[in-house]
Order: sequence, then C-alpha cells, then structure tokens
Amino acid sequence: MNKNDLVMTILKGRTLIVLALLVLFFSLASESFFTGSSLLSISKHVALYGILGIGMTYVLVTGGIDLSVGSIAGLAGMVSGLLINKGLTLFGQTIYFSVPTIVIIAMLIGMLIGLINGLVITKFAVAPFIATLGMMYVARGLANLTSNGATFPNLVGKEALGNTGFEIFGRDIAGFPVAVIILIIIAVLAFIVLRKTPFGWHILAIGGNNRAARLSGVRVDHDTVLVYMFSGVCSAVVGIIATSQLVASHPMTGNTWEMNAIAAAVLGGTSLMGGVGTIVGTVIGAFIIGVITDGMVMCGVSEFWQMIIKGLVIVLAVIIDQYQRNLQARMALQARNANK
Amino acid sequence: MSEATEDIVFHAEKIDKIYPGTKALDQVSFDIRRGKVNVLIGENGAGKSTLMKIIAGIEKPSSGKLYLEGREVSFDSTVDARAEGIAIIHQELCLFPNLNVFQNLFMSSERTQSGMLDDAEHRKLAKEVLGRLNYPIDPDTRVGDLRVGQQQMIEIARNLLIPNLRILIMDEPTSSLSEQEVEVLFKIMRELTASGISIVYISHRLEELMRIGDYLTVFRDGKLVAQDQTKNIDLAWIVRNMIGKGKNYPKRSQEVDWSKRPKVLEVKDLTLPKSGGGYLLNKVSFDLRQGEILGLYGLLGAGRTEVFECIMGLRPLHTGQIIKDGQPLQITSLVDMIGHGFALLPEDRQRDGLVQTMNIDQNIALTNIAKYTDRWGLIHNHKESEATDAMIHDVMIKVADKNLPILSLSGGNQQKCVFAKGALTNPSIMLLDEPSRGIDIGAKTEMFQLIYQYAERGLSLIVVSSELEEIIAIADRIVVLSNGIKTAELTGADITQQKLVEASYKGHQAA
Repeated sequence: MNKNDLVMTILKGRTLIVLALLVLFFSLASESFFTGSSLLSISKHVALYGILGIGMTYVLVTGGIDLSVGSIAGLAGMVSGLLINKGLTLFGQTIYFSVPTIVIIAMLIGMLIGLINGLVITKFAVAPFIATLGMMYVARGLANLTSNGATFPNLVGKEALGNTGFEIFGRDIAGFPVAVIILIIIAVLAFIVLRKTPFGWHILAIGGNNRAARLSGVRVDHDTVLVYMFSGVCSAVVGIIATSQLVASHPMTGNTWEMNAIAAAVLGGTSLMGGVGTIVGTVIGAFIIGVITDGMVMCGVSEFWQMIIKGLVIVLAVIIDQYQRNLQARMALQARNANK
Repeated sequence: MSEATEDIVFHAEKIDKIYPGTKALDQVSFDIRRGKVNVLIGENGAGKSTLMKIIAGIEKPSSGKLYLEGREVSFDSTVDARAEGIAIIHQELCLFPNLNVFQNLFMSSERTQSGMLDDAEHRKLAKEVLGRLNYPIDPDTRVGDLRVGQQQMIEIARNLLIPNLRILIMDEPTSSLSEQEVEVLFKIMRELTASGISIVYISHRLEELMRIGDYLTVFRDGKLVAQDQTKNIDLAWIVRNMIGKGKNYPKRSQEVDWSKRPKVLEVKDLTLPKSGGGYLLNKVSFDLRQGEILGLYGLLGAGRTEVFECIMGLRPLHTGQIIKDGQPLQITSLVDMIGHGFALLPEDRQRDGLVQTMNIDQNIALTNIAKYTDRWGLIHNHKESEATDAMIHDVMIKVADKNLPILSLSGGNQQKCVFAKGALTNPSIMLLDEPSRGIDIGAKTEMFQLIYQYAERGLSLIVVSSELEEIIAIADRIVVLSNGIKTAELTGADITQQKLVEASYKGHQAA
C-alpha cells in the first residue's frame, strides 16, 4: 500500500471520520449533548434532512438539481393540515378523509409536482436549476393559498370524523422516533434501487455522460422524470413528518430546506456534476448537518456563527471532494501507464 | 516569377506533434511564400490542420522550430500569433451569434474614447471593411440572424482588421459559401496577396485549389509528401500523391458469393433535409448481406455519420425505407432499434461512447443490464459478472480488474469496451463509426481482427472510416458518399484508392 492508497482510504472514509470527530467535540464541549434525549431530538431533525437529501441525491446523480423540495414539503404539510381541520368542500359538501388517505394525497401531490418538474426539464429543455426554482415559488405560493398564509393549528383530528392519529409521525414508537424509522425504510429502498437495479445504473450513467447513456439505450428522459417524481415524494413525506412533529402546519415550513438537502448530499460525496453519489454518504451527511446545527445550539453558539460555520463546512467538503477526484484521476492515469 | 526571387515569410523546421497514441506530424518542414496562396491538401487526419494550428498558436509543437521572417518565434496562444500578424479562419466559425456584426468584428480589439466604447467608430470601420469585401451588411445586424455564408464573410472581415496582417490561414473557408460568394472571396484573396499578405489555404475542392493556388503541398499520414507550383501539376498528380503507397493492414482473405447470402438490411432512398435548405443525405440506397462488412467512405461532412444516426432513430426528420430481414421497420427510437438487433459504436468515444464516472464492468453492461435481473427486478451480480467476463475475454480487453475506472484503460482497450457494450446485446447488425480513431496501430489491427471475427460468426457490419488503407483492407464492399449523395459502390478488384478518392470528391467538383 503506497502513500496514495493510504490517502485515498482516509479520503473515502472522511465523512464518517468527520462525523465521529464532531460528536466527540460536542460531547466534550457540552454535557447535555451526548444524552439520550438530545440525541433523539437531533435524530428527528436528521431524519428530515436525510429524507430530503436522499431524493436530492437521486436528482444530483442525474446531473440535475431540485430547488423545490422545501416548498413541496411546505405544500404537503399545508394540504395535510387543511384536510384534517377543514376537510375538502366540493359542491357544498364537506368530506373528511382518514389519516392514511390524507398521507397518500399529500404524497401524490409531491409526486405530481415532481412529474411537472421532470416534464418541464426533459420536454422543454429547461435547465433543472430554473425549472425547480420556478416550482419553488409556485409551490410556496400554493402552500400559502391553502390558508391565506395562516397556520392550521392543533392537527389532532376528531374521533367523530375518523381522522385522528396524524401526530403519530412526530412521535416515538418504543422509544424510537417514527421519523427515523421512515428515514431507514426510505434509505434502504433508495440504496437498493440505486445499487442493485438497472434503473439505478441508468441514472448513474445519465449523470456521468448523458449522450453516451442515450446512445447506450438508456431512456434518459423517462428516467429523469422518475427521479424528480421520487424527489417530490420524499419532500412530501418530509412535509408530513414536520407537520406532524409540530401538530400544526405553517405555510413557511421547509423554507430553505433545499439547501440542507443539497448540503447533506454534497457532504456525503455526491457530485453536483452528476454520476457520483451514494445513499449511505447522504445519510451520514445529514447527520453531520444535524450534529453541527444542534450541537452548536447546545453549546450556545449564536445563530449567526452557526451560519458561517455551516457554510465553511460545506465548501470545505467540496474542496476535499475535488482533491479526491484529482487524486483518483492521477492514480487512474498511473495505472494506465503501468498497464502499457 | 522564378523560384530564386521568391522569398519565404514563414518557415517551419522539422515539426513533430505527438498526441497520446498517434503522431499527427512527423518531421514536417514547410514554407509559406510571401504574397502567395499556399494551398494544403490531404485526407482527413493527414496533419494539415494540426500544422496550421501550430502556426496560428493554438497548439504547440512537440519538437521543431518556427521562423517568421528568419527570426525564431514561439507562440503560447493565438494572441501571440496575432500580435505577429498571423491569423486563422477556422472551418467551424468562432463568432458570437448573440452579438451584432460590429461587436463581433471588434471583439477584444475595441476602439474606445475616454474609456467608453466608440460605437460610431466601430460602425464606420465595419462599413469600410465590409465595403472592401463587397459585402454591404448592416453593422448592427445580429450575427445569429445571418446565413452561414454571410457569417463566413464576417469571420474573414474580422481577420482583415488585424493591424499588420502578414499571414492569413483559411481552413476550408468555402465549404459553406455559395458560388457567388466564392468568387468574391477569390477576388479578395487576390487583393490581399497583391498587397503582400501571404495566404495559407486548406480545401477539399480540387478544382478551386488549382484555380486559386500558387503553391500546392500534399500531406499524408502526418508527413509532407510533395509540393510544387500549381502551374506544374495536374489533378492526377494530386490524387497520386494523396494516396501514396500505403500501409498494409491484413486483408480478410475469403471467397464468398455474396449474392447467395440473405440481405439482412436494405436502405432505400434515405433522405435527410439540412436545416436551412439542402440535404445532408439525398436518396441514399444500399443493402447489407449476412456476414458482410460494408465500408462507408467519404470526406468529413459527406453524410456518413448521418446514415447511422438515421438508422438508429436519432434523426426523426429522415425519410426513406429501412428494411431488416425483409420487414420494413418503423424507426421510432434508439431503444427500439437496439431491440431490433442494431448496435452502434459512436465516432467520438469520450463524448458518446463511455460513461467516465463508471467502471469497466458497468460500462460494458450498461445497455444490457436489464437482462441480468432476478424476479424482484434486482441485478443478479453473478449473471451480470459472468456475461461481462465472457465479453472481456471475447473482445480481448487487457485488464487486471474490471472494477477499475474506465479511464484507466488505454484508448484501444476503451474502444474495445464500447464495442463490447454493443456486442453484449447480441446484435445482428453493428454500425461502427470510425472504430479505429485515436488508437495506436497495434490496437487498430486488433480491432480489425475483432471485426473479422464477428463477421465470420454471421454478424453483419457497416464500418465508417476516413482512412483509405483501412477501409480497403477491412471492407468486402464500399459505398462512397459525397455531399450526401452516393457516388460509388465498389466491390472486389474495383476497390482501389484511386476510385475511392475520385468518388469522394465528385460532388465537390461539381459545386
């Protein structure tokens, strides 16, 4: 094992190393950090960033970006709140849905918005940045329209209407947060699909070289649309969990969360150029974001310093990422020359 | 004017240019004569454009020296070369379509008045230079709105504005000009040479070269093979020197009565309109028999790649019939065509062939990966790995570990991976676009063996190549395209370099 190999091993494991160092640091800095209750509360936040980050990872892997995830989360939360508190009024008739139905409706809305994103990007050749930037505003506007900007409070439902139980997604089961369970389920599924199915290979190829993928028979447009739909569903799930955690839905919920999602993915080694990304990395990335944010709060670091530190960590991560890629390219070249 | 009195404005001494795997220029010594039209000719890849790029400061030579007016010079960029009065007009236009005519003309040499752009001066000078070209275009026209021929004139005008212009290099400037515009261009060229400016002119239109050229230099395989004054030579001399003795590739030795083999593919009246009028392909028809290697020869832009693109469903605007095994095909998408048993090896390996972020194994399996799944839709690692192992062995890719990045392979092995990706789908027809491009001579021979081997097994192949020796060695039959028209179909003893070159220039001379 030469020096390059050693450096490479460290670089590849860097996200875990960074996470471990952060946990160690905050445990020393704040007594309350490494306790069951605060770890639970961190993990609830991590679940939100993690699920958004997983959807974002799929999008980034294709070489795209999805800026609308925070707004979709907000809209999904508002739709849930509206349906629980006000029901749906059609032709003077008000219908109340059960909680499972409401969850499905909210997820379908997320999927539909993702579908629109994907179609605008593939059929009208709009840059993903612009298409999803537009959708970020549209979805946020729709979220506000559901209540005219007001909050839907106290989303516990009524026994008589058969719509109780929404708060379950913000609670714990046997001491384990439901949000984390959902994160684990989504992460496992996303991991399997990305690594073990033809679809996963195809989206990695689309981001790696769009033209070559197309000429290799990959249905580039079709697969790209699916990826945005997946991101939309992930966002809606996050909206539902966040609303449930608060037992209230506010139209600005999820504002700027797209940035946390991108940061989680990038910290986990996903390339903004496409073609490279792992689900495990993104989940670790989400933990890093969560630990930094909550850890600094517990240490009493001011909100302003939090922003600065978060920003620096993200840029530093990408610098290290670039370094790793250059090293990798150099090693490939060496291997190639050695082959000759 | 006699030889003795002529002076040399620029001299390149023993220039070598080595790219990974190929030698683009080999000990080339070349003179540019003052106030003359110095013409270069040669096949695609013969080295003429590379030499011009070196003279214009776009590329640096691997070894050798450049002398301007007897003084040694070296250019790090086109800016350096321009400062010495050397300018190049590219085959591909380098204009800003979003800006207007005078902005294009004065880009990076803006006239200013107390720090502000002096557009009045720009307009005045633009009108002057365009007037000189006999080309009164409004200087405020957006360049993107001009026809290609007009854009070409803007490109020329831009270079005329260079102060103390000494040498003007023109790489196929007439390829997009109308006959009338060519006349104007020739008149300008005569005026320029009369005022002492030296012109280097690259073109494929032989007739034009004979008319405008003073000196003619022939390139072949990176070497300067012949040069003379135009008045001393004829077309036969040019063709003879262009094709030369040639390399020896192993020729497939076999006697087959092709008429007994079934037709696997018939292409009838394949036509593809060009945006802005004309045709990229004009009623091209040919057929392909089982186990046959059909060569498709032609100059750059003759329509070779377009034939493949039409067949693979990448050109929805084409008309004509494609019949496979007697069944007319409705060409809808590339995915469908792969399903019909077609496989394509694209011309540009890096751009269209490989996914650089994936490893060797993933690249080879990419097209066929959906075939190696279990009933849950998950990739069956064992099945997938067995298939790629067999294919790596079959196409003789030399690799220690197939999980290495694709770019860790040499060019030749990368190309074999692209071939393997197509072959893995078990196609009945393979379309190979320049399969030997950018790989060294050893890998080339192996690539040819591979093609023979697959043809022996009954696969039918169409091979596009711009190398004469190569296509003659490899193909059982050759279709020649020129300007989108089929100009010849040669078999057996009829396949000669002479006939191929003549046919590939046909449409050009008529223009």
